Amino acid sequence: MSEATTHHDDHHDHPKGLWRWVVTTNHKDIGTLYLLFSLVMFLIGGAMALVIRAELFAPGLQLVNPDFFNQMTTMHALVMIFGAVMPAFVGLANWMVPLMIGAPDMALPRMNNWSFWILPFAFTILLSTLFMPTGAPASGWTLYPPLSLQGGNSFAFVIFAIHLMGISSIMGAINIVATILNMRAPGMTLLRMPLFIWTWLITAFLLIAVMPVLAGAVTMLLTDRFFGTSFFNAAGGGDPVLYQHIFWFFGHPEVYIMILPAFGIVSEIIPTFSRKRLFGYTSMVYATASIAFLSFIVWAHHMFTVGMPLGAMLFFMYATMVIAVPTGVKIFNWIATMWRGSMTFETPMLFALGFVVMFTIGGLSGVMLAIVPADFQYHDSYFVVAHFHYVLVTGSVFAIMAGVYYWLPKWTGHMYDERLGKIHFWWSTVWVNVLFFPQHYLGLAGMPRRIPDYAVQFTEFNMISSIGGFMFGFGQLLFCYIIWKCARGGEPASARVWEGSRGLEWTVPSPAPHHTFDTPPVVDDSVAVHKDELT
Amino acid sequence: MRHLANKGSTTPWLVAKLAVLAIAMFGFGYLLVPLYEKFCEITGIDGRTAGQATGVEYLTDQVDESRWVTVHFDATVNSGLPWQFEPVERMMQVRPGKLYETTYIAFNRADRPIVGQAVPSVAPGRASLFFNKTECFCFTEQLLGARESREMPVRFVVDPNLPERVELVTLSYILYQNEQATAVLAATD
Repeated sequence: MSEATTHHDDHHDHPKGLWRWVVTTNHKDIGTLYLLFSLVMFLIGGAMALVIRAELFAPGLQLVNPDFFNQMTTMHALVMIFGAVMPAFVGLANWMVPLMIGAPDMALPRMNNWSFWILPFAFTILLSTLFMPTGAPASGWTLYPPLSLQGGNSFAFVIFAIHLMGISSIMGAINIVATILNMRAPGMTLLRMPLFIWTWLITAFLLIAVMPVLAGAVTMLLTDRFFGTSFFNAAGGGDPVLYQHIFWFFGHPEVYIMILPAFGIVSEIIPTFSRKRLFGYTSMVYATASIAFLSFIVWAHHMFTVGMPLGAMLFFMYATMVIAVPTGVKIFNWIATMWRGSMTFETPMLFALGFVVMFTIGGLSGVMLAIVPADFQYHDSYFVVAHFHYVLVTGSVFAIMAGVYYWLPKWTGHMYDERLGKIHFWWSTVWVNVLFFPQHYLGLAGMPRRIPDYAVQFTEFNMISSIGGFMFGFGQLLFCYIIWKCARGGEPASARVWEGSRGLEWTVPSPAPHHTFDTPPVVDDSVAVHKDELT
Repeated sequence: MRHLANKGSTTPWLVAKLAVLAIAMFGFGYLLVPLYEKFCEITGIDGRTAGQATGVEYLTDQVDESRWVTVHFDATVNSGLPWQFEPVERMMQVRPGKLYETTYIAFNRADRPIVGQAVPSVAPGRASLFFNKTECFCFTEQLLGARESREMPVRFVVDPNLPERVELVTLSYILYQNEQATAVLAATD
């Protein structure tokens, strides 16, 4: 790409100081910005979760009023989904996609800068609603009407913030697709691309397909609330159930947007520390594509209880269960990769293994929820909360942490503190289970979600869960310290970093220089993560 | 040196295609609205076909004397409307094909005139295609003066083609305040 190359030559004297971060078009700088932003959001969203857990420590109303409690559950979800998990994956993509495919930068560096810098404004708007007279949204992150339309005027700010996040995600996704399809080094054929690249390519298409649908849905809420339309207003001939259909048409692919890149990260890490190539590479690619396809035809399993014909319930139940097949293929492949490998258990591998085990727990409770008659019981209970926190926290977040530990030496040029990393892993794993496992029982016993008070028989499990929440939460300060310490110094990292690592990102020095692959490398079987017999 | 590019697709062209896809999907979100309405109309899933009048006085010579269908009448008032609203009869045994009439009573508890709008639905959804109303207060807005009470008739025929296994049909109304019409009324007073 000649444009990209000349563009970089102009910028060799890039600005210094803080201004550098504002105007940067370098994929590594922007990746760092995304990751730091997501860490800040992770801490803010985590603080909100602790408000929730503190209130639920004992029955009755202690600390916050119910309306503020509902604001916390809503904002915790919005901040974690759109502020922490998604930007973290985009940050990893920014850092690693060009390095892994041998490109000098992202295809659209200026748009890249813009898609990041929209985010701080979007979240300033979203968080500012907490300080408005009518408060932040309190209807749950799904913003179901009619409840979401009964709040104050701050609702308009929430909608605009979601619009901005959507624009940022769509621009980021377009950039990633263009980079992967058009900027690969010679020899980097599609079926030689690392799995992280494949999962992100598919995720980016999901983002482009569904973020605009969310934008449409919230725009309809906006016009219903402020401009007299009746999309979802039954009195005016609309239907609130329609919103749920549109929302979950976005929402279910969104769930996979937050997990597919995690599959990619784990598929990089497990082969490295098993000192083998990934087992079943091609089936991994097809499994990812099938999961993405299936995500578009299962949305109504989020809304079985609205009342739908038996045929529709059966269809959505079976379609949902079918997803367990490609997901099972992946888990099988990860296990087969480890089979007879020379395994070592550095922190990234520990997090990846934790991911495989605990994501599977979340996946199995997902299959339980797919069963229609069981779902009628579990719906809107703490069982659902336990399910999606297993797939999102011990799934996505653990994979992100695994990726951060895995690539941190490449980013900083120093090894992180292995001892502290291991402590961080074990601390998090123990307490995250103390936090979320009892919530399964609470849900099965009938405790509803999004309610600040509960019946006294739920007290013990809630106390255990809250203790787990606080311990897990404060443990993440250690994560911040490890990153800070590693950025400051430490044992110098070699280019390869890990003994078993494969792929182009390990052929550049550590720390990765500001500009890499100005001359495209040639990819052959020795560096490719996948040896494909076809070429 | 050139990077391995997607054959025949330059970056601007690819970006343009992806941007068009994003815009099209925004449109698709809106397209789901008429699609959903059409889908419900054809299948009767959300029981909303009950909102329209059947123009014909139903063919009373086709009365199916072989079976009874129980019709339940249900009434709900939205919390934003200070009215009382209930059916005179809770339940009725009807012959499919025969025209029946029943009455709902509404009472405006407020000291000002209010315009209400009833939104009907029929459960189960599949029955809604076979439940025909020839006259209903839900077809028009209802204006009740301060502390006024009114009897409102519904005339209906259950289609003899109603599937055999449906023995119970519920006709439900939710009464909402028509805020715009009420505001106009208040302004003209």
